[in-house]
Amino acid sequence: MIARLSIGHRLTVLLAGVAALLSLLSWWMVSELARQAAARSQDNVLAASATTIAETIRSEQGEVRLELPYSALSMLGAISEDRVFYKVVAGERVLTGYDDLPVPTDAATGARVAFETGQYSGEAIRMASVRRTVLAGAGPVPVVVTVAQTLSGVDAVSGQLSRLAAALSLAFFLVAVGLSVFAARASLRPLNAFAQAVSRRGPSDLRPLRRDAPPELAPLRGALNRLMDRLGQSIRRSEDFIAEAAHRVRTPLATVRAQAEIALRSAESEESRQRLRRIIRAVDESSRSAGQLLDHATVAYRAEDLARDRIDLGELVAQAAAALEPTATMKDIAFHIATSQARVVGDAVLLESALGNVLDNAVKYSPDETTVHIAVSAEEGVARITVTDEGPGLGEGPIETLTERFRRGGNTEGVVGSGLGLTIAADVLAAHGGRLDLRNAAEGGGACVTLVLPAD
Amino acid sequence: MRFLLVEDNGELAEAVSNRLALDGHAVDHAGSLAEAEHCLAATSYDLILLDVMLPDGDGRDFLARSRAHLETPVIVLTARARVTDRVGALDQGADDYITKPFDFSELEARVRAVLRRRGGSARNEIPLGEALFDPMSGTLRAGGESVTLRNRETRLLEVFARHPGQTFSKGQLLDRLFSFDAEVTENAIEVYVGRLRRRIGPLGLRIETVRGLGYRLETAPA
Repeated sequence: MIARLSIGHRLTVLLAGVAALLSLLSWWMVSELARQAAARSQDNVLAASATTIAETIRSEQGEVRLELPYSALSMLGAISEDRVFYKVVAGERVLTGYDDLPVPTDAATGARVAFETGQYSGEAIRMASVRRTVLAGAGPVPVVVTVAQTLSGVDAVSGQLSRLAAALSLAFFLVAVGLSVFAARASLRPLNAFAQAVSRRGPSDLRPLRRDAPPELAPLRGALNRLMDRLGQSIRRSEDFIAEAAHRVRTPLATVRAQAEIALRSAESEESRQRLRRIIRAVDESSRSAGQLLDHATVAYRAEDLARDRIDLGELVAQAAAALEPTATMKDIAFHIATSQARVVGDAVLLESALGNVLDNAVKYSPDETTVHIAVSAEEGVARITVTDEGPGLGEGPIETLTERFRRGGNTEGVVGSGLGLTIAADVLAAHGGRLDLRNAAEGGGACVTLVLPAD
Repeated sequence: MRFLLVEDNGELAEAVSNRLALDGHAVDHAGSLAEAEHCLAATSYDLILLDVMLPDGDGRDFLARSRAHLETPVIVLTARARVTDRVGALDQGADDYITKPFDFSELEARVRAVLRRRGGSARNEIPLGEALFDPMSGTLRAGGESVTLRNRETRLLEVFARHPGQTFSKGQLLDRLFSFDAEVTENAIEVYVGRLRRRIGPLGLRIETVRGLGYRLETAPA
């Protein structure tokens, strides 16, 4: 599952996760600092207020007296709408204020100013106490002045700052996510460029990749190059093997055939002549079949990944006719070629082989001193090569089955053939998005074979 | 004609040499590219038959190397089928190729085509009585007259011309004239002999029927 997740996604999610964590942390820190700052300023005001009240305490006729300065309380009101409480205790007696207001636990013992957070009349309050000793009558009287304030003002301020921090953190997070997507794409760009360089290659391009790649991709490039090298070697080995095997098999066959022809020259009896002819025909048949099987395999292999040459059908026909001209001349067969401009895109070797097989058939089945007509045409996006002979035609029976492997027509008696020629031609055309049309010519009854291809 | 056959298989070379000798050609045999170089340095040839796989290298590489200074036409003997090998041989300067095992009639046809393309360097006219016969172009000349024969007529006359006075049976002529991949009856020979008689009669040549044996060419005026 993880292995199949895209690296880009993984990188984006990871970076965005880190950004989210950092955003949360910064939000929490800012909120905490804001809350602490607000609390501290409240503490300062509370302490100042309590001190001011304590300053006004004096001893009068052996009594501790107090004139509550209202300014001391109004400075608290300036901060917010919070409720303010106070209480002044001299010895055991409450001088003034709220009797039940709690007092910081260490107010009487600890430092001069003591702070504590507590509860009063159902609300959270912050208390500050100032301790002072007043000399009155019998001796020193400890006086504790406590001023308290509800926390809603502090909460409001810190809440406001916290919301601001949250908004800023969210904005920071969104920018970070955008940047992570960009960063992920940017760091994957060399990988994509590398992949494209590999996939743009032609079907038989096994040269090593020389393209510059980041160091992280170097092992991949090395592995790919080694793989292509091994593939190339194995293809070369099998090609060499086929060449060697063909050479080893066909050279002795050529010897047999040549010897048989020599023997035929000096053979006296018709019976031995007949036997020698059969030997020669058998040799021809086996070599033709082997050749066409190899062609058929090559066609199947090349058709999987077609070359895309631009081919002029007129030139293709001229070449194929020139290759067959000597064999045609042996039977005094002439080619009549009528071409008009027609171009296709495809594999030149395969198309030449397809046309070669069709022409070979035409020459083979044509009677002596006839003409094989070849016409090239292109109209409405379809290019055609039509080969018409003056032979016996395609014979009785279903014509469509003639392109099946090893299927031979009804009029082939006495002619050496493998039954693969039209199969090869049909396969080549199918691979090019075309087809092979077979019919008998209307007049004369010869075969009419049309190679139909999409025009360029 | 004088052929140089470059082929490392001795059996095949011997058979091909003998077979070409039957048609009146001279054949020198080289078993390797090095030997071929020696032969080419010593003599000039009308045509080279070059095998692809030789003990001291690839025939096509030799061709590519020596094409610049080699005038002689070359037909490559290849063991591979059209699709895989054809392009390579022709690209490297061969005039044509033929796939093993080959039909000698086809080889001769290709030799003729190559020499014709090259401007007919080999001119081996055979005197027939008063006439001169060029089997390469199929022309027969006598005095001011000239006749051009069709391919099969040419080859029929060539069989007679190379063996003056010899009688050939219909079966023998059949094997020389038609390739083995098609069944042809001996009637076809009668047709061609009849046609050849009409073409060469005006030039003082006659084909005699030897009853029960076959045909023979007569060059002396009857």
